[in-house]
Amino acid sequence: MASTITIEVSRYRPEEESEPVFQSYEVPLRSDWVILDGLNYIKNELDGSLSFRWSCRMGVCGSCGMMINGEPVLTCAAFLESYAPGPIRIEPLQHFPVVRDLVTDMEDFMGKLTTVKPWVVREEEKPVEEGEYKQTPEQLADFKRYSMCINCMLCYSACPVYGLEPEFTGPAAIALAQRYNLDSRDEGNDDRMEILSHDEGIWSCTLVGECSEVCPKDVDPAGAIQRYKLAGATSWWKSILLPWQK
Amino acid sequence: MNRNAHHTLHHPKWYRVQKPIFWWVKRFADIRFIFRELTSLAVAYSVILLVVIYRALLTSEAAYTSLTTTLREPFWVTINVIALGAVLYHTFTWFNLAPRAIVMRLGKWRIPDLMIAGGNYAAWIVISGVIYLAYVSG
Amino acid sequence: MSAKKSNDPFFWTLFGAGGALSAMLIPAFLFLFGIATPLGWVEGPAYESVKMVLLHPLARIVAFFLVSLSLFHGAHRFRFTLYDGLQLKHLFQLIAVICYGGALAGSIVTGYILW
Repeated sequence: MASTITIEVSRYRPEEESEPVFQSYEVPLRSDWVILDGLNYIKNELDGSLSFRWSCRMGVCGSCGMMINGEPVLTCAAFLESYAPGPIRIEPLQHFPVVRDLVTDMEDFMGKLTTVKPWVVREEEKPVEEGEYKQTPEQLADFKRYSMCINCMLCYSACPVYGLEPEFTGPAAIALAQRYNLDSRDEGNDDRMEILSHDEGIWSCTLVGECSEVCPKDVDPAGAIQRYKLAGATSWWKSILLPWQK
Repeated sequence: MNRNAHHTLHHPKWYRVQKPIFWWVKRFADIRFIFRELTSLAVAYSVILLVVIYRALLTSEAAYTSLTTTLREPFWVTINVIALGAVLYHTFTWFNLAPRAIVMRLGKWRIPDLMIAGGNYAAWIVISGVIYLAYVSG
Repeated sequence: MSAKKSNDPFFWTLFGAGGALSAMLIPAFLFLFGIATPLGWVEGPAYESVKMVLLHPLARIVAFFLVSLSLFHGAHRFRFTLYDGLQLKHLFQLIAVICYGGALAGSIVTGYILW
């Protein structure tokens, strides 16, 4: 009847082991099952001690990202069958500290995200009576792509620069900064440039391009960072050549 | 910024991995990336060759002839073939990535990335053709 | 909060200009002078005509920018290759001085030879 597939899961239980070990499980190979279904099968039927994060199982919440055979992937969006005959090797997202099994710590990103002011910055809010801030479809199109980010951290896991230099602000945070920079209602461009035009900001990126390859939402953080560099270089030259202009 | 990554505090039991020095030898895409970055050496070599040609040209006809003779040695031909391969890879990756940094518009219309890259290639072919014709027609 | 301003916008501009210029011009040059002529695929022009074309004031200016910007392009990229590929970030200043210093020295020598 139904065949099975082997899943090798990285287990890390800090009270038991000092470094992760792999544990194998056999799960049914059903054509309508994604890897996350396989993990839930393990959790429910085989081994309740396995820890991992998930929520929506439809590519919206961004919490089930893991390394599948060495590549960062959303486990709710990857079918077991596309990895047949297996085995499938599942590890926690790389470049992050492992808390337990497949659970990583993302505090670093959370801290960085707030520093880039990912919200509409206004020098002065206009009174409510004056109505909403209007935007044309073209203006929306300028930043819409960058607004699709679900903070799943696949891009940080794919980025070797972040792996080598944890100080790097990183792909998603810079793409989100760019999302607000390109928003016609926003006035925070200068603030964000001040924050990001540093060695640990946009200038750390060497355009490896892997962040955009793995992004499940097609955000293209690599492109966002290159555009940001161009804007950063332009404003730098302006400040040198036309210092009286502010 | 210059903030240290702050997930290091107070959790001695969290498991952390240091990236190995040669992290990039394991995946083809990473090797390709490092190769793209190393084309910088071929670019530098090529322009040094251009300066050497200039110097011979400005010294004397004998110096120039002796240089062209040296360039016929298999060693230098091999070096130049390798360098040309690397420089061509630089050219292709450069043209393909350029639209990622540059957004060009005509009025409201945003020029598609493919057209920007295509424009680069077209200019490259024309310029190379002109150099070639100028060279062979002596 | 605010660290020192980065010098990278300056070097990145040179990197970009050099990358574009070298991508456009070097393949044809290297193919003709380094491969096609030495292997006899095309007949190289005579000394006098090479001299006439390459020593034209305009050609010298193009050549100088090509050489100098390409050297800075190479220096900038190679500097980051050393960081990424060999994790030499701790030698940050030394590497920057050697790479950009080399490109600067190369540009000066080129200017000296050309004029």
